[in-house]
Amino acid sequence: MSKAFRLDGVSVPFEDGESVLAAARKAGHFIPHLCWDERFPPHGSCKLCVVKIDGRQVSACATPAREGLVVQSATEEIVDERRELITMLFTEGNHFCPCCEKSGNCQLQALAYDLEILAPRHNRFFPDRPVDASHPDILLDFNRCIFCELCIRASRDVDKKNVFALGGRGIDKHLVVNAESERLADTNLDKDDLAANICPVGVILHKRHGFAVPIGERIYDKEPISALDLAAAEEERS
Amino acid sequence: MTALPVAPVVSAEEALPVDEAVDAALERRGTDPTLLLQILIETQARLSWLPPHALSRIAAALNLPYAHVQGVASFYSFLSLRPVGRYRLLFADNIVEEMQGSRALMAELCRKLWLEPGKLSEDQLVSVDVTSCIGMSDQGPSLLVNGLPVTRLTPERIGEIATLVRDEIPLAGWPQEFFVVADNVRRRDILLSSALQPGDALRKAVAHGLDGLVAEVQRSGLRGRGGAGFSTGRKWELCRQAPVHEPRGRVVVCNADEGEPGTFKDRVLLTLMPDHVFEGMTLASFALEAKRGFLYLRGEYRYMRDHLEAVLARRRREGLLGRSILGIEDFDFDIDIHLGAGAYVCGEETALIESLEGKRGVPRIRPPFPVAHGYLGRPTSVNNVETLALATLVTALGGEAFAKIGTSQSTGTKLLSVSGDCAEPGVYEFPFGATFGEVLAACGADRPKAVQHGGAAGITIAEREFGRRVAFEDAPTAGAFMVFGQNRDMFEVARNFVRFFAHESCGFCTPCRIGTTLLKDLMQKLEAGHGSPLDLAEIERLNHLLQATSHCGLGQAAANPVLDGMRKFRPAFDARMLNKEFQPAFSLDAALERARQMTGRDDAQAHLTEERA
Repeated sequence: MSKAFRLDGVSVPFEDGESVLAAARKAGHFIPHLCWDERFPPHGSCKLCVVKIDGRQVSACATPAREGLVVQSATEEIVDERRELITMLFTEGNHFCPCCEKSGNCQLQALAYDLEILAPRHNRFFPDRPVDASHPDILLDFNRCIFCELCIRASRDVDKKNVFALGGRGIDKHLVVNAESERLADTNLDKDDLAANICPVGVILHKRHGFAVPIGERIYDKEPISALDLAAAEEERS
Repeated sequence: MTALPVAPVVSAEEALPVDEAVDAALERRGTDPTLLLQILIETQARLSWLPPHALSRIAAALNLPYAHVQGVASFYSFLSLRPVGRYRLLFADNIVEEMQGSRALMAELCRKLWLEPGKLSEDQLVSVDVTSCIGMSDQGPSLLVNGLPVTRLTPERIGEIATLVRDEIPLAGWPQEFFVVADNVRRRDILLSSALQPGDALRKAVAHGLDGLVAEVQRSGLRGRGGAGFSTGRKWELCRQAPVHEPRGRVVVCNADEGEPGTFKDRVLLTLMPDHVFEGMTLASFALEAKRGFLYLRGEYRYMRDHLEAVLARRRREGLLGRSILGIEDFDFDIDIHLGAGAYVCGEETALIESLEGKRGVPRIRPPFPVAHGYLGRPTSVNNVETLALATLVTALGGEAFAKIGTSQSTGTKLLSVSGDCAEPGVYEFPFGATFGEVLAACGADRPKAVQHGGAAGITIAEREFGRRVAFEDAPTAGAFMVFGQNRDMFEVARNFVRFFAHESCGFCTPCRIGTTLLKDLMQKLEAGHGSPLDLAEIERLNHLLQATSHCGLGQAAANPVLDGMRKFRPAFDARMLNKEFQPAFSLDAALERARQMTGRDDAQAHLTEERA
């Protein structure tokens, strides 16, 4: 018999080395996530996959599944915490969905809808983050960055180019590119690199592809992200 | 008083061309990527800031991406990617020194120098700003000038400094008494009165053998003095059990990054008893079979570096460090000093290890813990300065004798860094179990109303709790003990700490990065008289989220001062609310300020009063 833990009262089987999040996803249970991607080791920064184990909140992506664990995920307390975290991300950056090319394909927006967040509660920070339009094929709109570091990891671990990194600290943290000029045009990023195609929000955009699919017919316009993420997991397995 | 020799900081007056400065740092330190932070620090000491070309040259030499070097350099407060003054003056933004008038002194200095805080003077001569506590709160107000502490600031001293800067007098020509750092040892117990000679404990340890030493430390009940109180013997045992891939592959780290506001006892230990600390590290290396050791010294204590290097050199000569220690074959161990550069989060042991590896000081995901997977993946024991000094004492005295002091769960003594409203601020060594009342009586505090225990991340102890005890089982601490008199405003205390956490958050996880800033803004709103009960509820909500979901202790503790303040000193918070009903943070009149500036108007018609709004 395979090993299992309990997630919100349901038994979830797992294999050794699997995280709580990965095992749950495979078994058809969605735990929200933004910085997690099955192609990379867990990062644990967005904290959206927070779950409660033994009275303590932990990141499901970074917690190895163990026999007999009792995991709470869809409780009112945890869901409320996730809403607050999403709200914080909207507060921190400049997210104007109606004029964003990523609207409908954006995981931040999709999760906000999925968690039924209707309006931000805090005063927005309105940071000053100029765009970088120097590259012939790629536009960087830093206003929407949520610091999942997927582009950094993709460029470092898969593309082997180290095009992106983080600069600054705390609320002044920001994405930087690998050039003394600080211009993307002076890096060796190519539009087909994984790093150029992994952004879950609208920071790394391809030029000359604006609104090819009308709003209303995009990925998360049709189905919630929770359902689509589980369908993707299903596909990965088969 | 000990007047430490002022380190020959090359800066200000003798800036070098960029390439030369970088090459000099590379020549001294080599091109190992783990030395990136050290190279950046040395380069900046020569250039006063880090221009992009310097970063490129370092990146090329270390074979690192430019963006990585930029990312590391921009993480640390003391490193600057924009020009700073040839004289860079940073006032300690510590609540105790704020109460002693540091803000007014800074304003006065800025006025005398025709300068705005945080801005560089047009002639590039000087910049004035604030920095987090520099470990001088028993002799504040204080500041750092080009990295060197100046203590006991007075309006007169500020006047002298302004003149010295305007006349462009090199630091070497400044009055030496400016740079005197007092030890202020007020109460000695077993540690501070220890007369052990270098090597005494080490010889005992060799006689005990590896197992015997660890058993002795376990018997002593010694617990980590950094605040968390993990058993030192247990930590060493776990580290010993972790497999290594090369002989003596384990690593011993001394955490001398005491960044908790109001603490300075490690400064005093490193000044007066460095041999105890280094011997403690060597004992750990004996127990763990470690070859490499690091002292991670906070950047604020850079002035101590030469003094500490001299002690290390002497110990090598005496056969207490280096190859074949005490003549024992294969007992090889040496210690490198690594400097921090202004990042409180590096006091967290995994962030410290990242920093030691030359990276941004971001806490790692745990497990794995450093005892199994630490510096460059090797089993690593990170211990506090005081813990290591005590390990030396334990080895010499015997675990049993040590365990008789203090309480059953908190054996031995604790150094307290006492500052604030008391007659005799300084370092007090008390056996664990001492009550707050006893400590307050000893330091001459006159009817205080509160103690901030353990720094910003600690707990606020109100008057009615002064019977509580300093001990892990009651009121644990890393050592900061800030005393607040009857007339102090506990709202301002909480606000200062919240500002501190927002400044020091590494920004890795969502709740801490954004939550600490939201908390700071809410406290600012209250301060401005726009608070409402709704805001207090919002603060509670944020505090819960920070505690529950933050990645490391910084975010988890960031809520403590406000929660304690609201619980124990509610009137100070309520007094900030002009209106008990809803109050918007947005002020219509303030929003017109820019328009007023642009039109040069400031008459009554250019303002919106409450009624008109």
